[in-house]
Formats: sequence, structure tokens, C-alpha cells
Amino acid sequence: MIRSLRRCCFSLAVVAAMTLPAAAATQLTGAGSTFDYPFFSKAFYVYNQKNPDVTVNYQSIGSGGGIAQFTARTVDFGATDVPMNAGELARAPGPVLQIPATLGGAAIAYNLPGITTLHLTRQVLVDIYLGKILKWNDPQIARLNKGVNLPDMSIIVVHRSDGSGTTYIFTDFLSHVSGEWKSKVGTGKSVSWPAPSSVGAKGNEGVAGQVKSTPGAIGYVEMAYVVENSMTAAMLQNKAGKWVSCTPETVAAAAASRPEVSATNFSIVDSAAAGAFPISGYSWVVVYKKPTDRAKQLYDVLSWLVGPQGQANAKSVDYVPLPRNVQAAAAATLGQMQR
Amino acid sequence: MTAEPRFRRVARFVSPADRGFAAVVYAGSILFALLIVGLFVELVLGSWPSIVKFGPAFIFSSSWDPITSKFGALPMIFGTVMTSLIAIVLAAFIGIMAAVFLADFAPRWLGQPLSFLIELLAAVPSVVYGLWGLFVLAPFMRTTLGPALQHVLGWTPLFSGPIYGVGLLTGGIILALMIVPTVTAISRDVIVAIPRDLREASMALGSTKWETAMRVVLPAARVGIFGACVLALGRALGETIAVTMVIGNRPEISSSLFAPSYTLASVIANEFTEATTSIYTSALIELGLILFLVSMVVNALARLMIWSVRGSERV
Repeated sequence: MIRSLRRCCFSLAVVAAMTLPAAAATQLTGAGSTFDYPFFSKAFYVYNQKNPDVTVNYQSIGSGGGIAQFTARTVDFGATDVPMNAGELARAPGPVLQIPATLGGAAIAYNLPGITTLHLTRQVLVDIYLGKILKWNDPQIARLNKGVNLPDMSIIVVHRSDGSGTTYIFTDFLSHVSGEWKSKVGTGKSVSWPAPSSVGAKGNEGVAGQVKSTPGAIGYVEMAYVVENSMTAAMLQNKAGKWVSCTPETVAAAAASRPEVSATNFSIVDSAAAGAFPISGYSWVVVYKKPTDRAKQLYDVLSWLVGPQGQANAKSVDYVPLPRNVQAAAAATLGQMQR
Repeated sequence: MTAEPRFRRVARFVSPADRGFAAVVYAGSILFALLIVGLFVELVLGSWPSIVKFGPAFIFSSSWDPITSKFGALPMIFGTVMTSLIAIVLAAFIGIMAAVFLADFAPRWLGQPLSFLIELLAAVPSVVYGLWGLFVLAPFMRTTLGPALQHVLGWTPLFSGPIYGVGLLTGGIILALMIVPTVTAISRDVIVAIPRDLREASMALGSTKWETAMRVVLPAARVGIFGACVLALGRALGETIAVTMVIGNRPEISSSLFAPSYTLASVIANEFTEATTSIYTSALIELGLILFLVSMVVNALARLMIWSVRGSERV
């Protein structure tokens, strides 16, 4: 018994010794945005298949946590839905490069039994979230939806209760459309929601679940969740006056309309382009201009990620690939990295 | 009087093993005391910027606006205490009844598997309770239970207003389900430990089984049962994920049990990862400090009640 145990231990040690050199190959670590996680895990898996000596360990601890870990240099790169601001950059121990990594949009999901198409203008959406429009059969909604039998039902406004980049993009959009929203509420990852019948739900899955199970509810959800949960989403009128729904194409159109994207000028909400979906935004990867080590590998992984090969993995997990011009801009920024 | 000196003499001849054991036991208990003190100190240090900036107004203010950095904890304190109160009222009633049944009424073939099942409830992860709450209990509350309650009790402010499905009452019910196993399991053990003589004496005096359970066994076991409830209440106060999923997460104080609310633990769970400014983080840590203090006050009150119950028993 003991002998067989010993033999077992010995063979385990041999196996461990044989696998160790492979495991000692470069491991890069990143932390941050939960929004990026499905895309990153897919993309980094594919990268590892092609480059077995490099593995990327990404921890989706939230953008705030990602920035904190990155600032403390405990990870090689951070990921955040909103670029680091001047104060955060000042706290970082070195110059930081911020690179757009992926694109997303927030669809306006609703639950009105029997109603499969709904049209909303930007102003009506703001008024719903401000608590000015309280009923679904309000004349302002009825005017946009002629022939639809809107019920005399209270509108239940659902929002994210956890701090999130999706909330940032959504409130950024509302602030762009309405001066009242901008002064009363503002733009942020968590805000104080003014509508009297608002309900907070945790995560995209929480908002999706809440909207699905509550007739009369409206809520903003990441595009992928609307597709996966077969929910009905409203058509929005964009700045150009066109009716658009949240699809990879309309989100990409919003991004392509503002190619001069940078970490200080990153908002692409409420685009004036004809085919653009107004509630769209980037997610960002942050790296040091002079990484302490593993710089070469880090550069290779990230330039692959923001290039055509890495971005090709976005569609399969319902993310929107960066438009070509943004890919080029991202590659140019990344080129400043010392390696 | 004679027992004390004799015990002291025996104590002088402790073996080294005994001494070592005593040291280990002491070290263990001191470790816990240090842990509590360390936790408290850490919470105070972390929330210091917020304590300095907002002062006592933090506890009495109702606004929670991360954008303008205006923070107040009152709605969350209210939500935490209310959901736990609902939970303990429901759980104590159901749990104690179940314990009486399991201890004194259930036949062996039923009692054993039933108590096993109830204890199994305690092993269900809270996120599972939360998901069940969101997808099953909340819709049931909105379509069936809520309207029924409103129909009967709608004249009181507690059951008025729109029913969202999620809210204080739903949060309280989820919590009650989560703490019922604690109440039941401990209460059953306490009831089983009540000496048989008491039951036999009561029966001999002509009481029915029911009268014996309610008038003799339960009063004799009440201190232990009370302890079970305090333990359960502690879990309810700090429970996070399940409540977050069904409470509606709105920092507002409403008289209606159907209205969405917020708890201290839920805000921390929701906002800590994305809290980027230092005063925001500090305010969240102060919520943790308040939760710590609320639990301590509740526990102290419960202790006082136990003492008063014990005191009256002696008289």
C-alpha cells in the first residue's frame, strides 16, 4: 500500500517536472471590465492555441478593480469600460496607453404582452427615465406607435444596480440628448435614478430577467443579452432621424462615424450618422508605455487583439468588431509601447 | 462552599499537556477577539474620509448619488432592518412550529428524513435562492400573493401602492427561507434536550400532547430557541446576493412592503467594484461599518432579552 503510494507520488513528481517547463512559459495577467470577459476569454483562448508559449489570465473583477490592480502594477494590463481619467492617470506610476479593444451597444428591451414592435424617440426615452412619462398609453408614445394597442399600464423603469460601463454609456447618451438629464442626474457608472417607478437589478442578466418577468417594464441591456434571451427591443430614432435597432451593424456604424476616437474623446453616443445606433461605446485596455517586463509578449498579444485576427473573434460571442479605421488607430497607439 | 478549595487544589497538579491545551484554547478565543477588533479598526480607517466629510448626517441622509458625491445611509439601514425583521418574524414562527413537530409529534420514519431535508436547505448557495426569487417568487408576488394581500390588507399603508414583484416583502421572504433551517435545527435540538420528566409530569397531570408542547416544553426551551433566532437574525442582516436580486435596489424609504428598497450589504456588493473616487469607496466602507454596528446592536438587544427572560424564570 505504502509502496504503491510512494510510486504514485514519484510518478506525479515526474509528470509535474515534465509539464513545468511549459507552464513556465510567459503568463500575462489582466484584470478589469466584466463586459470584456466573454470576448477576452474567447480571443485569448484562440491566441493561446496559436501561440502555446503565451497564456493570458484575465480576471473580470470590474473596471474600477481593474484600474486599481493596474495602478498597483499587480497585473500586466487593465481593462475598463470608461478610459482612465486625468486623476487616475496621475496616480499611475508611469505613462499609460489606452487602447480601444471592443465595441458594444445597449438595447432598450421592453415587456408589453403582444406588442412586438415599439418605436421610441430619444426624447421620449429620456422622459421615461426622468419619470415624466409614466404610462405606456401616454399620448407621446402613442403618437409614435400608430395602430399599436398600447395598454394603460405603468412603465416600470429597470436599471443596473451594480456600477457598470453599460450604465455609463446609457447615461452618457441621455445626457447628450437632454440638458435636463445632464444637470439633474449626469453621466456615470452608478447614478441616482429619478423615475418614481424605477427598479435596480444586478448585472445584465438581472435586468434581462426583471424586464422579462415584469409586464410594463423597460430596461437597457447589452446587445448580446437581448439576442440570447429572445427579448423584444425597441426601435430608436437616432439623431439623423432614422429608425434603428441595436445590431452589430448599427453599433459599428456609430463607431465608424467618429474615427478620431481617443481616451480623452471617447464618447460615440448619439452619433449623427444615418445608420448609427445612438447607445454605443468602446471598452478599453490600459497598459504602461514602459512595462516592467514581458513587454514583447504583451505587445504581441494586444496588437493581435485589436488587429483583424483578434477582432474576428468578436462576432461569435455577439460583440462588435472594431471598424478598420479604429483598428488602425489602436495599432498606432499601441506602437508607442517600448518593447 | 467546600467544593471551591478542593477544586483549586486539584488545579495545582495540571500536567504539561493540560497546560498546552489551555494555551491553545486561549489562543483560539483571543484570535477571534483580535479578528473582531481588527475588522472594526480596518472599517473605521477605511471609512475615515467619509466620516470626516459627512459626519453624523451620513446616517440620517437619504440621498445616494455617486455623481455629486452625496451619500447617506438611512434608506439602506431601513431596508436592512426591515427585511431582517420580516424574515425573523416569518422564520421564527414557521421554524419553531417545525421544530416542535419534529421533536415531539413526528413519527420516526418521517422526522428523520424531514429534519435532514430542512438542514439541506441551509446548504443551498444564496445565489440559487436569489435566482429562484427573481424568476419564481417575484412574479408570484406580483401576480398572486401581492394582489391577494392587498385585497385583504390594502387599507393599511404596509400593503398599499403598486406591486413590482421585487421589494421589501420579497426580500424578507427570501431571507426567511434562508434562515428557517437555522431556527428549526437548533430549536429542535433544544426541545429534544428538555428532560423527559417534564413532559411526563405534564401528561400525568392530564395535559394533552398539544398542551404539553405549548405550555411546558416550549417555555422551558425558550432561551435556547431565542438563541437560535438571534443566530438566524445575524445571517439575515448580512445576507447579500439573494437579497440584492429581489429587493429592487432603490435607496428610498417607503411605508409599503411592496416597494423596492435597498440593504447595506447590497449596495456594497453592487457598487464596490466600480467605485472609482476615493470618497465613494470610503462611503461604501462606512456602510460596512454601519452594518457591523447594526448587527452588534441587534445582537446586544437580543442578549438583553435573553437575560431578562432568564431572570424572570428564576423568580
